Amino acid sequence: MSPSEPKGLSAAQMAWRAAQDIPEGAYVNLGIGMPELVADHVPEGREIVLHSENGLLGVGPTAGENAQDEELINAGKKSITLLPGAALFHHADSFAMIRGGHIDLCVLGAFQVSANGDLANWSTGAADAIPAIGGAMDLVAGAKRVVVLTKHCAKDGTPKLVDHCSYPLTGQGVVSRLYSDLAVVDVIDGTFVVQEILDGVSLDDLQALTGAPLFAASDIGAIAVPNL
Amino acid sequence: MIDKIVPDVPTAVASVHDGAVVMISGFGDAGSPTELIHALIDKGARDLTVINNNAGNGLIGLAALLKAGAVSKVISSYPRSSHSVVFEELFRAGKIALETVPQGTLAERIRAAGAGIGGFYTKTSVGTPVADDKEVRTIDGADYVFEAPLHADVALVKAQSADRWGNLTYRLAARNFGPIMCMAAEHTIVQVRQVVPVGEIDPETVVTPGIFVDAVVAVPDPMSERQAVLEGRGYP
Repeated sequence: MSPSEPKGLSAAQMAWRAAQDIPEGAYVNLGIGMPELVADHVPEGREIVLHSENGLLGVGPTAGENAQDEELINAGKKSITLLPGAALFHHADSFAMIRGGHIDLCVLGAFQVSANGDLANWSTGAADAIPAIGGAMDLVAGAKRVVVLTKHCAKDGTPKLVDHCSYPLTGQGVVSRLYSDLAVVDVIDGTFVVQEILDGVSLDDLQALTGAPLFAASDIGAIAVPNL
Repeated sequence: MIDKIVPDVPTAVASVHDGAVVMISGFGDAGSPTELIHALIDKGARDLTVINNNAGNGLIGLAALLKAGAVSKVISSYPRSSHSVVFEELFRAGKIALETVPQGTLAERIRAAGAGIGGFYTKTSVGTPVADDKEVRTIDGADYVFEAPLHADVALVKAQSADRWGNLTYRLAARNFGPIMCMAAEHTIVQVRQVVPVGEIDPETVVTPGIFVDAVVAVPDPMSERQAVLEGRGYP
């Protein structure tokens, strides 16, 4: 069996899949990068409130090219819109929402996630690496549920789902679920449990691309996503 | 008569001394007091410690201050970005010190300083290298890390409107660290798009009460850092 990577879901498809699980009425924080895409795939008619760490609740879709306001940006510094009902506040209040346990769900990117739910996403620990924590440590400590949206493997092909994180941790035992380009994986009692897997990818294929043992959920199924 | 309005930007920053700890508002390019920062370059400031969420973009504002050699240390939550070239060069060359702080801890340390709180315990960073050498205390069965307040000699802040008492309003996401930095510094200097007569700002809408503000200067048409970065413009 070759550990070569199958063609996985697009970033938009991954974001779409994660968005389907967000319950009506949830207050949700989206991390920088791929998680920002989740804002564009919230199911029609489902009312959720997006929080941005820089002092916004009620974040709407990305702003169009002709409607960019550099004083209305998200955590990734991209111009966004506000929905009716939005609120603005300063940084200490914004992080009181996060650290005080008021955020229902947080979607973050990852360098590595371990089978016990440890997350590493702020530094590779290399001597010349620029460490950048941002709000991630606060989010994993304060949000009620933390899920990760990430490619299954790093750019160099090494697994991101690992036995133990080799990079410095963002938080211990904080991740509940991962949405990768190949699978939806839950962290349950210190193990990776595959809930959904991409059509055409076997559990053995997935295992070869994963740095810790995988277990199949009793009701494991295929990831169903639209063409995006 | 209370009048915190100063005539121009150089006058506003005249009292900032070499070696000062300077809070600078802004999150990315939203809320950066670019004109006040450039005035620090003009006066040849040296050996500053800068507290900012980021570490400058392109060759403008905070990045220009770093490039001018005015800053010896940055305290920041997220110094890395697609345009943080100046900081990265200085950091890799060992020419600037960095203290990386989780963003909520940064905000709360600033708020604590402004509110006279001698520190606090937080769950943020438990079990990570950030908690190394810090006191960890178990409260109701959960571990918390002790964090100290973060004071500054000076805060440079951008706001939208001010009156001569120093009452401030902000605009959209440019608010970010402004209100808490105003509280935490010995001397708070604010640039605003417009100065309005006392009484014109509805008391219900004042975000930063004037008690936290020392000096206000009008910069009616502040430059766009985003545009400057796109065009590769620097300062001076």
